[in-house]
Amino acid sequence: MKQVPQKDAPLKLNETGTWIREDVSYEVNEPDAYALEEALRQREKHKGEVVVITSGPARAQQVLREALAKGADRAIHLEDDKFVGLDAFNTAKAFAAAIKDEQFDLIFTGLQSDDYGYAQTGVILAELLGWPHATIIMQIEKTDTGIRVKRELEAGFFQFVDMPTPAVLTIQSGINKLRYATLIGIKQAKNKPLRKVPLAEVQSAIGENLQKIEKLYIPQKTKKTEHIEGAPGEIAKKLVDKLRNELRVL
Amino acid sequence: MPDTILVVVEQREGKLNRVSWETITAGQAIAAATGWTLEAAVVGSAPASIAAEVAGKKLAKVYAIESPKLEPYTPDAFAAALKQFLSSKQPKLVLMPHTYQVRDFVPKLATAMGRTVISDCIGFKHESGKLVFTRQMFQGKLAADVSFTSEAPWFATFQNGAFRGDKAEEGASAAPVETVSVDIADGVIRNKPQEVFKEAKQAVDLTQAEIIVAVGRGIKEQKNIEIAKQLADALGGDLAASRPICDSGWLPMDRQIGSSGQTVAPKLYLALGISGAIQHIVGMKGSRAIIAVNKDSEAPIFEIADYAIVGNLFDIIPPLIEEVKKAKAGG
Repeated sequence: MKQVPQKDAPLKLNETGTWIREDVSYEVNEPDAYALEEALRQREKHKGEVVVITSGPARAQQVLREALAKGADRAIHLEDDKFVGLDAFNTAKAFAAAIKDEQFDLIFTGLQSDDYGYAQTGVILAELLGWPHATIIMQIEKTDTGIRVKRELEAGFFQFVDMPTPAVLTIQSGINKLRYATLIGIKQAKNKPLRKVPLAEVQSAIGENLQKIEKLYIPQKTKKTEHIEGAPGEIAKKLVDKLRNELRVL
Repeated sequence: MPDTILVVVEQREGKLNRVSWETITAGQAIAAATGWTLEAAVVGSAPASIAAEVAGKKLAKVYAIESPKLEPYTPDAFAAALKQFLSSKQPKLVLMPHTYQVRDFVPKLATAMGRTVISDCIGFKHESGKLVFTRQMFQGKLAADVSFTSEAPWFATFQNGAFRGDKAEEGASAAPVETVSVDIADGVIRNKPQEVFKEAKQAVDLTQAEIIVAVGRGIKEQKNIEIAKQLADALGGDLAASRPICDSGWLPMDRQIGSSGQTVAPKLYLALGISGAIQHIVGMKGSRAIIAVNKDSEAPIFEIADYAIVGNLFDIIPPLIEEVKKAKAGG
């Protein structure tokens, strides 16, 4: 799971123009919330344990606390400011190193993040672990030989895929209905195990980034936008005038 | 020998995905800027006819990479086939469209080769000998210029609509086609895909709609959909939505606009409380006119809007419905 700036948070660039200033509000990356929910539902059906993992500075622990409150059993936090600047390849390498002694059957990630939007970390992790993967998943059923998943394709098409486990699945938003944390859950979360992994523990697994953000900036507008202002009644009148005389749709 | 750019076009079940022309246009533009050679490849069990179709464009060469194990598509087979091919050819840059299929295998392929993908790019720059790729970040609020710091081959994917497919230059004569058979060992393919299918018939076809009123998260509650419906009715248009609205079940999935829903280009697209995530924008940016209403003045939807109204949609829509009705009644 990943912590990302809140959807409507105003973003400011840092002094070097390579990243945003950290003083914004954060929330859980939305597709990751669906991935967690799906893990909890699978556990309710098949028993087992749900472990949540994130990387990032101390603030990212909030994502794990919320997940534990919703019902995850334990958490792993790769904690260091430097994890924010890793590319997807090295982030996946750090995760692979942190979980090398675990015995997971399934790893879920959200299909992409709301900040970078690379849609890569889950698939890279699968390759590093030598596991099969499937992306943009809308349904997961256990079978005698592994799992059957429903992949979303483009333009309203779908496909079922049978695959063995262990496997990595990237989960599409909307696969399920998200639950809220209960008061009891929030209370219990405080006593659930949270393992902190310092950078030093995975340092030997990660290398130089393979790609680099040279410059982050506010995109240049390519379109001329006319702002329509005034009281609601005035705006309505002005708009109808545009619809009739400029767009000719009335 | 100049460096080579390789465009891997996309085929599904023997048909070229049209978005591949956009990637060829992108490849031609990068080739013109850098002086690198441009080639293309198609991967499949019987790629010959698509290779011939692609060879009509201005390209130095087209490779038809074939193996019976490449049908049906699996990430294991595609990554194995391309790894074999790319390891022997060593192109500088590999370009693909940012489709769901490419997203499924290209991070695996790059990782297997110890390389990286700059994904979902919208453009490139070549300045003082350095090639950078432009991509959207933070749901389109910011843009980034990203460079490769690793060895070639470099992988980049382009967002749907980033380049114009109809601008792909024709060649003076057909490019030579070379068939390359790849060997995919038993046991490489672990996934067993079933037939591709469409969920219950698409009841609503928004692709032909002239006016679309679309709602996003800003509508807040299911019961508020009604006000958008009234506006759509008054305008004689169709109601649509961004993905979160359909995920919540407030409107059926067949009214969803965006990469996982329908792609539309109406005369008028009225976006109510839609922030403008990339996945939504790719489905509607071809609209002739876009009016956006959003309370957040920094919402990315305003970047592509012709008319912007920053404000509370619940204040603005009711009088708008009345004015539209008046205008229609008055003729």
